[in-house]
Amino acid sequence: MGKDRMLEIENLRVTVEGKEILKGVSLAVGAGEVHAIMGPNGSGKSTLSYVIAGREGYEVTGGSIRFKGEDLLALEPEERSRAGVFLAFQYPVEVPGVGTTTFLRSALNAHLKHRGEPELDPMQFIRLLRDKAKALDIGDDKLKRAVNAGFSGGEKKRNEVLQMALLEPALAVLDETDSGLDIDALKVVADGVNTLKRHDSATIVITHYQRLLNYIVPDHVHVLADGRVVRSGGKELAEELEAKGYAGIADRAA
Amino acid sequence: MGVTAIRAEAAEAVAMPLVDRAEVAPGGLPGGGLAWADALRTNGLARFRALGVPSRKVESWKYTDVRKLAARDYAPAPAHVDGLSAVLRDEVEAAAAAEHSLVFVNGGLRRDLSKTGGLPNGATLESTGELLAAGDALLAEQLGRVGDADDQAFLSLNAALMRDGFVLRLAPDTVVEAPIRVAFLTDHADGPVATHPRNLVVVGDNAQATLVEIHRGLNGVEYFSNAVTEISVGAGARLHHYKLQDEGDAALHLANSPVRLGRDTTYDSFILSFGALMARNDIRAELAAPGIDCRLSGAYVARGRQHMDTTTAIDHAVPDCRSREVYAGVLDDQARGVFQGKIVVRRDAQRTDGHQLNRALLLSKGAEIDSKPELEIYADDVKCSHGATAGEIDADALFYLRARGIDADVARALLIEAFLMESLQEVQVEAVREEFAARLKARLALLRGDR
Repeated sequence: MGKDRMLEIENLRVTVEGKEILKGVSLAVGAGEVHAIMGPNGSGKSTLSYVIAGREGYEVTGGSIRFKGEDLLALEPEERSRAGVFLAFQYPVEVPGVGTTTFLRSALNAHLKHRGEPELDPMQFIRLLRDKAKALDIGDDKLKRAVNAGFSGGEKKRNEVLQMALLEPALAVLDETDSGLDIDALKVVADGVNTLKRHDSATIVITHYQRLLNYIVPDHVHVLADGRVVRSGGKELAEELEAKGYAGIADRAA
Repeated sequence: MGVTAIRAEAAEAVAMPLVDRAEVAPGGLPGGGLAWADALRTNGLARFRALGVPSRKVESWKYTDVRKLAARDYAPAPAHVDGLSAVLRDEVEAAAAAEHSLVFVNGGLRRDLSKTGGLPNGATLESTGELLAAGDALLAEQLGRVGDADDQAFLSLNAALMRDGFVLRLAPDTVVEAPIRVAFLTDHADGPVATHPRNLVVVGDNAQATLVEIHRGLNGVEYFSNAVTEISVGAGARLHHYKLQDEGDAALHLANSPVRLGRDTTYDSFILSFGALMARNDIRAELAAPGIDCRLSGAYVARGRQHMDTTTAIDHAVPDCRSREVYAGVLDDQARGVFQGKIVVRRDAQRTDGHQLNRALLLSKGAEIDSKPELEIYADDVKCSHGATAGEIDADALFYLRARGIDADVARALLIEAFLMESLQEVQVEAVREEFAARLKARLALLRGDR
């Protein structure tokens, strides 16, 4: 992969409330690549995504994460976001009272300011937002509401992809973005993600099921079990998992 | 030792300056010589002497210790004629921009800053002091018609020492479209001063109005604003009653508001509080006719050593009334909030619908909220709910905003604002809601600037 490495995770060990969840994870993601991380519940998939995004309560006890060569763990969550890291949440948070457009404009302007570009005024922003929302089948009525307030699971996931479309991240981590989506919504979301792929960006898809990977096709698949990557391979590994289940894979690795 | 003995002891210990002032006052006050007004004052004084300044042993004052601030030697606020301080001029301009307004400075009406000419027939907005001096016959029937409970000594003190205030009267079927604005401003004064605004609102059957009270004063001035607003709303009438409490940072602000509502009335009150060292809003609403919709709500921001007390009592005496309370407060530093909400549903008050919610956001470890909901329900077919929450900023929401690139302090400010803005939805009149939202934003910006 050489010099265009996006994300390099080396021997990462993470403890949550005194319990070791990640027990030495290594992973290298290059520009232009799509990686899938699969694994049974409790294998540490979501922990990995939260540690990348910088959530509190996850203690890194060993190893490192570098993003574009920089020490990602030294940055605050907002600095990681502005540097180009985006986490699509498994459970997007409802924020009553904060309007969706206010939230998204504050976020985008923080990114623009960081890059030294002019910020958008409310009119400019609403035009941009409407265009992006339309492509994802998100109606104006949703944009007028508070952030995720009263949204269905599927609407929240679409909203995550809308945020991604606005912020155009270099590295997108999609944490169980397929859960709670019916097949039509899944296609819309996958199309959205695929459209955002660039030769200089990378995507990590975290999922329990192979289904999403029919639409967002990975270059590499990794199986996480009990806090370790137990197998890596091409997209055919996902199909094998679908056929044999996790038990067989994990056993063979052990 | 009985309760009376405790009160007498409290009165002697700390209330003497207020009592002494009251002792010498009555003769020269407006309406002096009118038998009914003299009686009102004399009874008020006797009652205050008997009750004394409430100590924390009085149940509804358990969380609010007013004795220290009440013990200052408050002189009557000097009359104010000219040269208003710059920070108060905004309020004068706002009053001038309103269609109907009264402005009081240091307790006295400033006719030159007020505007009452545009009121429709059937509506009058007058000065309590002027009506007393003129021996207004109607006032004799309308003022002081409310009983003061044993824990409302300051209501009695107000009766003893009242000089001025506003009297809003609406004849039946009168509709005043534009909000009526009344500002109470306290400007520079030497030494501690007190005002005892006495206000009266009498809304006739099927009449409608929006009333906005602004209470504002200078920082650093030790003053006591002891306001009473008596409210009576006739059958089928609607009164929107909004108040901004932005008193100076050394002020004591106590406000008592007894509310009587007629059949099928709608009364909604919202109090936005930022100011005063110690503030207490005490609203007691009597729902003695069916079909009433009574809403009491508010939002507050307290910091430093500010103390904000909201005490409400809603008495459902008859069937088929609704009441709703939504209070939200943000407390920083060593600030303290108190919410006491009593709802009584009497045996006959079937099909009562009561809802009460009190929420507090604590921004620092030293901040505190004391919340005391009190539901007494004697009817069996009722729908009553109450909730009280106190907590810190939602960590999940904060992380979510930060994960999108928003700085931690900006994200925190967005969440604090959202917390309070939600309660502002209770304000039914859009223009007032917008004004209060703007004032709230400005206040929160101040909070942020200090961090």
